[in-house]
Amino acid sequence: MTEGLYQVWVYLSTEPLLGLTVTLIAYQAGMWIYAKGKLNPLLNPVLIAVVILVGLLMVTKTNYQTYFDGAKFVHFMLGPATVALAVPLYSQFKKVRSTFPVILTSILFGSATATLSAIGIAWMMGASEATLLSLAPKSVTAPIAMGIAEAVGGVPSLTAVLVILTGIIGAVIGPGILDLFRIKDWRARGVAGGTAAHGIGTARALQVSEVAGAFSGLAMGLNGLATAILLPLLLGWLF
Amino acid sequence: MAIGKVYLVMTLGFITVLLAYQLVGEVISKGLELPLPGPVVGMGLLFVTLLIKGNLPEGLKKTSQGLLSHLSLLFVPAGVGVMMHMHLLANEWQAISVALVVSTALTVLVTAGAMVGLTHLTGDKPSGEEIKRD
Repeated sequence: MTEGLYQVWVYLSTEPLLGLTVTLIAYQAGMWIYAKGKLNPLLNPVLIAVVILVGLLMVTKTNYQTYFDGAKFVHFMLGPATVALAVPLYSQFKKVRSTFPVILTSILFGSATATLSAIGIAWMMGASEATLLSLAPKSVTAPIAMGIAEAVGGVPSLTAVLVILTGIIGAVIGPGILDLFRIKDWRARGVAGGTAAHGIGTARALQVSEVAGAFSGLAMGLNGLATAILLPLLLGWLF
Repeated sequence: MAIGKVYLVMTLGFITVLLAYQLVGEVISKGLELPLPGPVVGMGLLFVTLLIKGNLPEGLKKTSQGLLSHLSLLFVPAGVGVMMHMHLLANEWQAISVALVVSTALTVLVTAGAMVGLTHLTGDKPSGEEIKRD
């Protein structure tokens, strides 16, 4: 019986089916916990799924490549999903057309602050070049940030985790900072949330104001585009 | 049944559109040796196409919403890859945490400050539901 079970495990551990299935299960477990916790940003479903899966792989002594052979079917959809971001970007753009130049200028300031301050602080504290390059696109939505990290020589999977942590930090401390400086304009609050904390900031903005949500969604998309264009130029100049 | 079939064909068609834009994006990115990732070039091209076209096809909207509703699932497999870089996190967690918190706080502040300053300069003051009420 044990021998039979072992054979089944040997078979499954080499097949893509297992990696794919546990990815979907872990993500849904994360979503369930997130919903139970009333959408508290600290209970981020992706972070929960990653922790569950890393734990599972370590306990079963499965290497990442074996897991990824199954999970790559999910990973592949990142490309078309990134292209699809053009659709909400267009919808939001139509709503805020008159304010667009002001929004774009603000996002350029935000993008420069996000990348330069992250690189500068980590560099002063002795971080390695791989970390600096992975950290640089941290405020950009994950699918674009991972592409940027790959293009500039960072570690895309480290970037994915840093992006999620940035989103959580932004959603948790952002509203407090904006209140402290008495910024009451929902448009400014939304653009700040989307630029600094991408989709997680946008989800937070949508919970409190439709105006902030729309501006945040637009800022997320534009900041992704702006950072993808500007960061490689900036790094070429810095390194 | 007929409606289901048409919907399926539309969805399939628009998934093809997204893949085609990604493909063109990859070709441009690799061909011109741009530092921009192929899918981001594809996203920019689709955005420009929609601007020129001036409207959003319903099927494309539905297909994108479907794909984006579980966007965060799509970066789980890559995120798990962090297990191969645990040593970086273990050795540099202090630099990383300070950089994340301070840089995120600064980004929120600078972006919101720029928005407030520039809307003030252009005379575009917030009104109605644009103002946060305590």
